[in-house]
Amino acid sequence: MFNLILKLLIMLAVIFGSVILGLLFKGIDRILSAKMQKRVGPPLLQPFYDLKKLMVKESIIPRQAPKWIFELSPLISLAVSILLLFYIPIAGKSILGNSGDLILIIYLFIIPGLGLVLGAFSSNSPYANLGSQRLVINMIGYEFPLAVVSLVPVWLIYKNGFSNIFSLSTIYAHNIWGLIGPLGIIGLLIESAVIFIVIAGELSKTPFDVEAADSEIAGGALAEYSGRNLAMFYIADAVKTLAMASLFIALFFPWNIQSNFGVMFLIYFLKLFLIIFVSLTLIRTITSRFKISRLTRTYWGYITLFAVIGFLFTL
Amino acid sequence: MNLEKINDKANKKLKKVVKSIWVFNWFNSCGFTEILPVVGSRWDMERFGLIPVPSPRQADCLIIAGYQTMKSIKRAKLIYEQMSSPKIVIALGSCPVSGGMYWDSYNTIKRLKDYLPVDLYIPGCPPRPEAIFDGISKLIQKSTN
Repeated sequence: MFNLILKLLIMLAVIFGSVILGLLFKGIDRILSAKMQKRVGPPLLQPFYDLKKLMVKESIIPRQAPKWIFELSPLISLAVSILLLFYIPIAGKSILGNSGDLILIIYLFIIPGLGLVLGAFSSNSPYANLGSQRLVINMIGYEFPLAVVSLVPVWLIYKNGFSNIFSLSTIYAHNIWGLIGPLGIIGLLIESAVIFIVIAGELSKTPFDVEAADSEIAGGALAEYSGRNLAMFYIADAVKTLAMASLFIALFFPWNIQSNFGVMFLIYFLKLFLIIFVSLTLIRTITSRFKISRLTRTYWGYITLFAVIGFLFTL
Repeated sequence: MNLEKINDKANKKLKKVVKSIWVFNWFNSCGFTEILPVVGSRWDMERFGLIPVPSPRQADCLIIAGYQTMKSIKRAKLIYEQMSSPKIVIALGSCPVSGGMYWDSYNTIKRLKDYLPVDLYIPGCPPRPEAIFDGISKLIQKSTN
């Protein structure tokens, strides 16, 4: 009984902590992106102001949209984004770590996007329809390189004869950089480069933001959302960023000092910052959007090719 | 008394959005030429929390730049109706104030106030970025008083 209450309290802490941390990273991302473009940038707490404003605004539901689907889909997105963080180790510890494995997490990562697709289709707006079709194309695209990249640590754990290979805690416990030779290190470096691009694609940020192409299809899937519902998607995006970065920290960069939780969390924070900085801020600022026709070719052609080459190095 | 009440209501409306104003731009004339540098790196409106958004549903502020014709005012009204409240309207340039240099044209709108509830006029032909920031700082001051 006591354990259960403790677990629930930790879950509550993770929910609020992840929202605050996600929004904080959003602020950092916006400031750094502004600095790279020779701008001053917004204040650090700007995402919180945005959120506060969105919460007091009116949420419009289109007349022809089924209300319950339209209002349920942001909830699904937000809930699953937070649920992901229960399974992924944060600074070495995960709440539901023993009950879920890597395959479950990769499937769960699809659901926030699917929630957005559902809401956009139900909103009955042509822009939102077009946006959600593009989002589905994007999701089909990034799944392939994501699967190849995620298989590399699993394969390395399997090759070295450990049991329970798909469990994230097993992968986290064994540093894969120590399990391979010099050729494998090259392979892992290639995979790390692929990861940064896959994260950008997963979160559909520039250059993969075909679904929300502001200048083409008016915000795409989010075109009809306003107020509280938009705020939920806003938080879901921030939390999903954290989850995606945490997953790849667990898979590829699990180094940490065995110390108390505070120090370990600080190192985790630094790693998060590094991954989010490269995969979101840097790539977002220095590139422009892909054409929709070139998107799938990029994912299934070049990026998957690099991922497979990296995989072959580690064999 | 009544006027005070209306002002009070307007200020409350402003106060809610004033820290992060999401802007939807509606322009069909030259009034927009000087708002592009406002978005860019020299004047950078993001430091005040202003960002341009693609969809009127997400916007708090409708910037109407330059003159409106009989045809385009219908679309402007449609955009205004699509925005979620609280919402503010900023009219950019001399044309929405008095018709500007098109004062004797047969198909332009002479006073935007007759069609939409304008919160702020920024006159100029077109207004400089400094004038736009001045106007927005007035909005912020008005809401905090």
